[in-house]
Amino acid sequence: MKVEAKILLGLGLFFGLMCAVYWNWSLENAGGVMMFAAMLLGFLPGGYYWWWSRRMKARPEDNPQATQTQGAGVVGAFPGSSIFPFVMGMGAFFVVLALVFGIWLLVPGLGLVLWALLGGTAEGRRGGTH
Amino acid sequence: MTDVLDPPVHAEHHGHEEHHGPTGILNWLTSTDHKVIGLSYTVTSVIMMVIGGLFAEIIRGQLATPNGNLVSLAQYNELFTMHGSVMIYLFAGPFAFGALANIMVPIQIGAPDMAFPRLNALSYWLYLTGSITMLSGFFTAGGAANFGWVGYAPLSNSLNTPGAGADLWIGGLLLTGFSAIFTGVNLVATIFYLRAPGMTMFRMPIFTWNMLVTAILILLAFPVLTAGLVMLYADRHFGTHIFSVAGGGVPVLWQHIFWFWGHPEVYILALPFFGMVTEVIAVFSRKPVFGYKGMIFATLTIAALSLGVWAHHMFTTGVVLLPFFSIMSLLIAVPTGIKMFNWIGTMWRGQVWFSTSMLMALGFLFTFLIGGLTGIYLASPPLDFFTHDTYFVVAHFHSVVMALVLGAMAGLYYWGPKITGYLLNERIGKAQFWFLFIGTQVFTFPLYVLGLQGMPRRMAVYPNDPQWKNLNDISTLGAVLIGVSTILFVINVIVSWKKYPAGDNPWDAQTLEWFTTSPPPHHNFYRLPQIRSERPTWDHNHPDYRSLHHGEHEGVHEVKGAHE
Amino acid sequence: MPGFGASAGVTESSKSAFHLWQGFSIGAVIIGALVVVLMLWAIVRYRRKGDRIPEQHQYHLPLEVIYTVVPILIVFGLFAATLVVENKATANPKTNVVVNVNAFQWGWQFLYPGTNALVYGQTTQSPIMEIPVNTNVHINLTSTDVIHGFYVRAFNFSRYALPGVVNQFTIRAQSTGTFFGQCTQLCGLYHSLMFFRVKVVTPTQYAQWLSTFNNPADIAKAAAALATTNAELASGVASKTSYTKFGR
Repeated sequence: MKVEAKILLGLGLFFGLMCAVYWNWSLENAGGVMMFAAMLLGFLPGGYYWWWSRRMKARPEDNPQATQTQGAGVVGAFPGSSIFPFVMGMGAFFVVLALVFGIWLLVPGLGLVLWALLGGTAEGRRGGTH
Repeated sequence: MTDVLDPPVHAEHHGHEEHHGPTGILNWLTSTDHKVIGLSYTVTSVIMMVIGGLFAEIIRGQLATPNGNLVSLAQYNELFTMHGSVMIYLFAGPFAFGALANIMVPIQIGAPDMAFPRLNALSYWLYLTGSITMLSGFFTAGGAANFGWVGYAPLSNSLNTPGAGADLWIGGLLLTGFSAIFTGVNLVATIFYLRAPGMTMFRMPIFTWNMLVTAILILLAFPVLTAGLVMLYADRHFGTHIFSVAGGGVPVLWQHIFWFWGHPEVYILALPFFGMVTEVIAVFSRKPVFGYKGMIFATLTIAALSLGVWAHHMFTTGVVLLPFFSIMSLLIAVPTGIKMFNWIGTMWRGQVWFSTSMLMALGFLFTFLIGGLTGIYLASPPLDFFTHDTYFVVAHFHSVVMALVLGAMAGLYYWGPKITGYLLNERIGKAQFWFLFIGTQVFTFPLYVLGLQGMPRRMAVYPNDPQWKNLNDISTLGAVLIGVSTILFVINVIVSWKKYPAGDNPWDAQTLEWFTTSPPPHHNFYRLPQIRSERPTWDHNHPDYRSLHHGEHEGVHEVKGAHE
Repeated sequence: MPGFGASAGVTESSKSAFHLWQGFSIGAVIIGALVVVLMLWAIVRYRRKGDRIPEQHQYHLPLEVIYTVVPILIVFGLFAATLVVENKATANPKTNVVVNVNAFQWGWQFLYPGTNALVYGQTTQSPIMEIPVNTNVHINLTSTDVIHGFYVRAFNFSRYALPGVVNQFTIRAQSTGTFFGQCTQLCGLYHSLMFFRVKVVTPTQYAQWLSTFNNPADIAKAAAALATTNAELASGVASKTSYTKFGR
């Protein structure tokens, strides 16, 4: 986990330096703000990973000498199929079309999104189909 | 083999049994298997490439004569706008991170699937509906969006571009933008959390590394574009004045936002193909990637610098800090050069096997070299002043993106057999390569000259100068050759359909995806080798040929591990 | 020395940009040739000759350091040369001849403050901007609607005409003649027809040309246009200084 953290922290540091130089030199706010946000995107998850990496046991994927048996056990649940991503996608499609062709399209759009949210959550609780 | 052991159990409910999901169209609609989604992405994005290519052929047809009347001025504006939009938003990006990365990254690191399979499926549906949304502009009364793929304000406001086409363009981009963000999240989570035991970060294949960096760039850049699009939509319909002078807004702000996404986007497009080419060159030279760690460092450096160079697209606005963006842009040449030399170093003293995939990769090297060198000029403001918005710029980025197309083909010929289980015909593939490679050079070279002679881009008609006409004709010929290469590719897919079984590892390749079957089973692996370097499959097949450091020679073994 | 496709142009800064172009080109040709030769050598010399597995060389640190450090040095060299030419191209020396260039869909207006001269033309009417030779001509460039690009190939120079921003630059043409100019930034339907011309004349001819704008209608028109552009300049200059005065 440490390498992952270091990559993000390193990027955050670089963006922070760049932000300081750029903002002070150009006094242009749009770029300054965006670079500041980029710095945060490095520091926030990077800091979290760093904090976490110091509290966890080394994972088999971080151990150069790990054997495959060390990875035995449940990694996670990976559903093999689900209709709800499609439903959600169609809902988003209608929502976007509502931006163009009329507000009434929000009704089917948000309806589908809501159905997908509820259905997907319920499916996730059951563990989904494989 | 003692070093091959069962993989971890991937889910509570089953071990290795075959997948019993729905089949046929229902499988396509409901599958959350990264390979099925990746295949959907592959097919969709290749169709998008063909559509974008057709637009390009019409554009080149129009420009074959100075006062071309193949299309009207208005149609021409729609065509080049949608050509750029389709190629950038709907082909190059989704093909890289939706198609090949989606399929290959989990397999390359020994994962059973992407970290969030249902989110992955959602990404695809957003991408597909976004593509349909954007293209459907052609069927509205006012036509498709016509303000260039960059959508510069205030040309893109409701006063100058009324009509549904522009809104559909914005809507399509919102959908594909979210699709990209979700894929980015998925890739980062997969790479950080689902690696096989022993697959440390510095043992991941270069392609996976590049995809990780690409995913981080997606997360940095795409939200900015989405925010910008929302502002643009608000300006168009909710009466805000963010980008219009009349209400106290700043038009240049759109350019800042757009290019803050747009330049990282260039690397979001390029890095995956760098990765593919790296793998291909190593495999077909039968050597490890030369300077593996330097390569990763170069990729990270490119990513870091790419966020500080956006305004080199805006040098001629007169309102940006020229020296800052100039030096940052020039510096990107350094890691790019490192990559170039590493690619050559990989071939050096190898056994270079000219398969179609390798030829495409070599074509990439040459074409990208030209695109890269001409890019250095554009990083220098005084030179950008006189080439900006001329065909020189068009030629520069077409060299780059055509290199990416060559890289994409290298990837398809290389990984296609793994995905489908069948090889493509090498003879047709080589013919395709020569048409594509020569076509690319014939297409781009005259454009460089035209740009230096002052022909601006995005012109439906141009002054009747015989030299300009000749150069344009040569370029059109090149575009036709590229078109022929695309037809050859389609023919190849049809001719080779389920004809040449590939086997698990037809190229004697090195990385983990070649350890499993072709195509891989539902959760990718029945068994995994021990992972002791970034080439587990190679180590397994050729245990006596490990990677060597400078000064080392075969047979001289050190006590410590490969380099970890 | 070859021009590598570009030409020297007719202004002081176009020539220095051209020399920079030549310098960059020589570098590009040398580096490009080196890479191509290495590539071809690798392809030809190390083409597959059998099933023997080559030595698996992966790292050569000294070599990697060389091809990291040398490009960095080259880049800083290019940057230094860029800075010198850039400062010339963006310099704004004092001058008496001022032209307010106003771009619009789809044409150009050239107004000469302090005189009665006003030139206006749309698309293929191709309005002509007359300027004296060997004189610093200060241009105030702005746009009334969308973004346009002021580009004259013979000047090796282009600049956006931005609404709400006044872009200022100075041209010093060194030879007389008529030069083709065109809008380079997509600005809508007739973008490809948004032409203009720059006619560089001797100072006497220039004075003569200015004196042709003497009938009352011309004077009234110019005065009205000046009032409009002055208002634009006043609002635009503010935004310009906030962008370009770098440093505290």
